[in-house]
Amino acid sequence: MTTFRKAGVQDLLEGYQRKEFKPSEVVSGTMAAITQLNPELNALLETRSEEVSARAKDLDARMGEASKLPLFGVPIAIKDNILVRGWKTTAGSKALQNYVSPYTGTCVERMEAAGAIVIGKANCDEFAMGSSNENSAYGPVKNPWDSTRVTGGSSGGSAAAVAAGLVPGALGTDTGGSIRQPASLCGVVGLKPTYGRVSRYGVIAFASSLDQVGPFGRSVWDTARLLEVISGYDAKDATSSRGVVPRYTEALALPSADSLRNINIGIAPEWMEGLDPEVKKSFDAAIETAKGLGAKIVEVKLPHAKYALSVYYLIAASEASSNLARYDGVHYGTRSKKWDSLEELYSRSRGETLGREVKLRIMLGTYALSAGYYDAFYGKANQVRRLIQRDFDEAFSKCHCVAAPTSPTTAFRLGEKMEDPLTMYLSDIFTLPVNLAGLPGLSVPSGVDSKKLPIGLQLIGRLFDESSLLQVAHAYEKARGPLSHPPWKGDR
Amino acid sequence: MSDIFDKYEPVIGLEVHAQLLTKSKMFCSCAHAFGAEINTQICPVCSGQPGSLPVINQEAVNLGVRAALALECEIHEESIFARKNYFYPDLPKGYQISQFERPFCTKGKVEAILKSGESKWIGVTRIHFEEDAGKSVHAQGGTMVNLNRAGVPLIEIVSEPDMRNSQEAGQYLRALHSILRFAQICDGNMEQGNFRCDANISVRPRGQEKFGTKIELKNINSFRFVEKAIDYEIARQIECIERGEKLVQETRSWNSAKNMTEVMRAKEQAHDYRYFPEPDLPTLVISSSWIEEIRSEMPELPSAKRQRFISQYALNAYDAGVLTGSKEVAGFYEEAVAKTGNSKATANWVANELLGRLNAAGKDIGDSPVSVDHLAELIAAVEGGKISGKIGKTVFEEMFETGKSPSAIIKEKGLVQISDPAALETAIKKVIAANPSQVADYKGGKDKLLAFFVGQVMKETKGQANPALLNTLVKKVLDSLP
Repeated sequence: MTTFRKAGVQDLLEGYQRKEFKPSEVVSGTMAAITQLNPELNALLETRSEEVSARAKDLDARMGEASKLPLFGVPIAIKDNILVRGWKTTAGSKALQNYVSPYTGTCVERMEAAGAIVIGKANCDEFAMGSSNENSAYGPVKNPWDSTRVTGGSSGGSAAAVAAGLVPGALGTDTGGSIRQPASLCGVVGLKPTYGRVSRYGVIAFASSLDQVGPFGRSVWDTARLLEVISGYDAKDATSSRGVVPRYTEALALPSADSLRNINIGIAPEWMEGLDPEVKKSFDAAIETAKGLGAKIVEVKLPHAKYALSVYYLIAASEASSNLARYDGVHYGTRSKKWDSLEELYSRSRGETLGREVKLRIMLGTYALSAGYYDAFYGKANQVRRLIQRDFDEAFSKCHCVAAPTSPTTAFRLGEKMEDPLTMYLSDIFTLPVNLAGLPGLSVPSGVDSKKLPIGLQLIGRLFDESSLLQVAHAYEKARGPLSHPPWKGDR
Repeated sequence: MSDIFDKYEPVIGLEVHAQLLTKSKMFCSCAHAFGAEINTQICPVCSGQPGSLPVINQEAVNLGVRAALALECEIHEESIFARKNYFYPDLPKGYQISQFERPFCTKGKVEAILKSGESKWIGVTRIHFEEDAGKSVHAQGGTMVNLNRAGVPLIEIVSEPDMRNSQEAGQYLRALHSILRFAQICDGNMEQGNFRCDANISVRPRGQEKFGTKIELKNINSFRFVEKAIDYEIARQIECIERGEKLVQETRSWNSAKNMTEVMRAKEQAHDYRYFPEPDLPTLVISSSWIEEIRSEMPELPSAKRQRFISQYALNAYDAGVLTGSKEVAGFYEEAVAKTGNSKATANWVANELLGRLNAAGKDIGDSPVSVDHLAELIAAVEGGKISGKIGKTVFEEMFETGKSPSAIIKEKGLVQISDPAALETAIKKVIAANPSQVADYKGGKDKLLAFFVGQVMKETKGQANPALLNTLVKKVLDSLP
């Protein structure tokens, strides 16, 4: 039996159209791979083989639709902070240990309507708070390239599942880098769309003004296909954009898509200082490749980006302190067994179920919003946020996209940064400003370091211009050539 | 007490929460009918499920703008929603979506008509949108929460601290209540909690500009209780100051059984709500064209209606006031006039007979056993001379008791007015024959006895004789006697 582990979204779609295999065969292979590899990786939390098989059989009977449905029979993993009716949604927290989703999030609804098969819920940092996936109440996810190392976070399960070939595509969420950083550390493509491009309805909120759902794939085309399915206006999300969604994959198929002749790529010197030499080397090589494709490289300035970390942790923590208030054990979720008063019900339920990092951020955010501190913290942070946005506006007057490393380092060892939150937070310095400005950002693998760990190239685009990012990444990907894969351990 | 008010000046401001007459909730499409079975009008949004998001109900905004226009507020093109954060079991999200720093309108006013007939304009600081919380249900075995009310759209109307006594506060509240009902913004049902009032009360030495220590009175659910609670609180605060005690800022509630206010929460227990802009909702934009559209659909307000009744129906100010006391009464009157074509007689019947009788029976016009059609029919019968005014009142009483039509009652009881001169003459002759001595006296010059004969014939005809015709005929018959 083939496990279809190396088949990407595009491969599966073509295979179905040629009637080479059926969804139930693909799903059986996928389930076998999960059974074999997931116990060590810990990438997927819940898999429901009966429901998944039933869904695959249903699609078997609809093979005629294979050419019409853009994700026909494609197995997908969904980060566990996105609701899928009937599935548990824990957000990596004990607070929602037994919470079964009463409804399906819009992005998943669209995927299912497009023929995708939800195969499992992907592990993640608790409430998407973390950069290593070590904050999950259900244990860390191991990096498929080296199981002593982290996947990055918070969408570590989604990134690892795609990297290890458990699924060809996955959905994650990105509040400060939670798609791009694990994509970089796991050697896959990950895209954070423009704020408002994808509906947040059914996505557990961490920081509402920053959160965005996005896809993971092993190729740019696969990622583009997932994006075009999940994007677009949703009446249930008042912050979703009414803008028309381009057909991203069609644009990639054009012959002109392979050239970067009319593309200006911006580089910010501020971001080149103090980089890990191997990351810097890979970045420089990627830029040389882009130049070879005809891209023009221009220098841009992002003078306020250095404040992004402080600004982010004030805004994200403030919003989180309010967003997470509902996990109090009153209406749903885990309630403490020991309480004598209402106050105790709250403090014990929350105290016993929320993890350390989550508590830390709730306390930080509560403080930042308190009477007398609001202006100095939340208010000021929002002012600086606008300055960061303005930096990017200025940069985009000179270029189509800004290139930067996705992460300052490659995958670090499990436990290495757990005792030092500030060092951990620095993992996201190149990704945080993008969320603050609401811009789209993509991470595409640019090679491996001397330890055979993947390195990611980040491309940041103008608002709602995911097309340029995908085109540049696609052209680069072709020129770069096939990446040396993670060891396809256990492949049959 | 008059001397004590030379010394102290009470300062009162009111906060009213009015439930908007929308079909669905503020941020989701759930219905919000009163009295529905527990937890049947809920969805992921209003029950605060993870991942759910609010969407602004445009119908609620329409009604809010209508309120802003009715209270002559300044409407802001841009306003923002904010989260008010606190933990309570009836608040499933852990925060209430409200408006804080930038409400959708400010600077309005309401005319309160005082009992002296004078009017006083009370300033409206602001009106903002917010969602209601659920309801705790204390049952055997513990407290449960009913979320049917969670997310129901409200406007909070905050007054300036312009009121100086309970009467001003009560009259402001009544005027506001009437405006919201007339404009079909809120049904005003206070028992169901659709119109709720909090009062901020302080007392200061007369002449002092700085406000005294503010006491907040929560959730008072009738006009009378608001007035009583304010009177009680003013007296309590003055006594406190007179005794040399220092008042503490606190929240109190009105205990209607004990007729007193009681401490609910001290200042130290006051919440820090950590307001911040609601990131799930965009800025609310109310364009001037939208405002104009709402203005053009604005129902007539009480004061305009009163003026129109005076000019259109030639009513006196008092009757116009009574007939525009509620939208329903005014509607009843206008419908009736359309049928009778007689505005004054109709005003008389509606204002005196119908409202008087309803009042005595403790009923609203909506529950009137006498329909517009029946009342119009009755008025036509009286005005057209089919029955006398006096019989009309008897018929009305019967209509009120039984709900039957006037024609049925007139027919059933044989109450049609006798206007046939021959029939009347027969009756007159009968009376004359039975009262020879009175006839002699009349003939002897006692003209006043004419009324006696008219009365007797009326009695003979069971009150059905046409009174005007009867008068003429009695005189004619008597005078024709030798």
